[in-house]
Amino acid sequence: MNWKALLEVVLVFVPLSFLTVGGGQSIVADVHRQSVDVYGWMSNAAFMDLYALSRILPGPGALLVTLVGWQAAGLAGALVASAAIFIPSSLLVYGLAHLWTRFREKPAIRAIEAGLIPVATGMVLAASCTVLRVAEGGIWAWVVAAASTAALMLTRVSPFLLLGLGGVVFLVALA
Amino acid sequence: MASPAPIDSAPRDASPPTPLQLFLAFAKIGLTSFGGGLSGWMMREFVQRRAWLSEGEFLSGLALAQAFPGVNVVNLAIWIGFRLRGGAGALVSALGLTVPAMMVAVAVLVGFSAAAKSHHVHVALAGVAAAAVGLSLQMGLRAARRATQSVAAIAIMVMTFVGIFFLRLPLLWVVGTMAPLSIGLAYLRVRAREGT
Repeated sequence: MNWKALLEVVLVFVPLSFLTVGGGQSIVADVHRQSVDVYGWMSNAAFMDLYALSRILPGPGALLVTLVGWQAAGLAGALVASAAIFIPSSLLVYGLAHLWTRFREKPAIRAIEAGLIPVATGMVLAASCTVLRVAEGGIWAWVVAAASTAALMLTRVSPFLLLGLGGVVFLVALA
Repeated sequence: MASPAPIDSAPRDASPPTPLQLFLAFAKIGLTSFGGGLSGWMMREFVQRRAWLSEGEFLSGLALAQAFPGVNVVNLAIWIGFRLRGGAGALVSALGLTVPAMMVAVAVLVGFSAAAKSHHVHVALAGVAAAAVGLSLQMGLRAARRATQSVAAIAIMVMTFVGIFFLRLPLLWVVGTMAPLSIGLAYLRVRAREGT
């Protein structure tokens, strides 16, 4: 087992666990820098391949970290990298959830819950529109997203069907 | 897989889900959420379909999960799992969301990494991702319908949107300003309602 590489993996990903904000995109640049330039686990091209792969897979985008760990130190690397990125921040949230439940009936906590709802709503809408602004496909991305939103709001159609249709529309329109 | 229950009329389940149910529900989301939009999937699955949480509980959890460091969706899984089943629920929810998806990721890396380089796969996936935005948008619109019950809430929602989308301010600034303001207003409302 490559203990040195495993230690490096821990040193890279534990601090990044606390720096992750959002879906995990915020740390991609730093993961790239460390795994290619600082530790030399892989070439730039190999990193770009892993990034592309992480985009086509289902699940949290942060699974890129699992793939980088695999490339750096095999199965043990994948496990250690995943643990290092997910566990530290998870413990923090777990502690918060614990405290929250204990003080749930306090007016201050109820005010925080109620007050966060309009902020969360604005964030969700803005995040969706931001994704579309930078999405590939230009106007097609807006059209597909609008159609899928309308279908989800107004019908009971399966989201899978909509995802598949989105892919087909893009293939026909753009490929 | 069970056929989807009616979405808006699902009755609220009295008994909380078992840890196994939680694990499977999150595993399903981890394995099927092509193109992103995971929190939209979660809201659809847990609030609209299974009625394990109210919309308000889900949305305040979502805001907290985004405000805290860590991967949003994993934070949200821990939050929801803890709400429903305590510590064990938090653990199985986080594992359910990440571990099966990780195993698939490694298997694909070993077996089919060439697929990621195909131009057609790339274009199709951009289309899948655009459709997946619909999941987030419908979540936002449902939440907006709920938030538009007071003028203050509408103002907060609109200012948050404008700050992030049009002014492109850093997320932390916007949330750091709007969240305390909104919470302060909500606190005044809570106090006024209780007549203290």
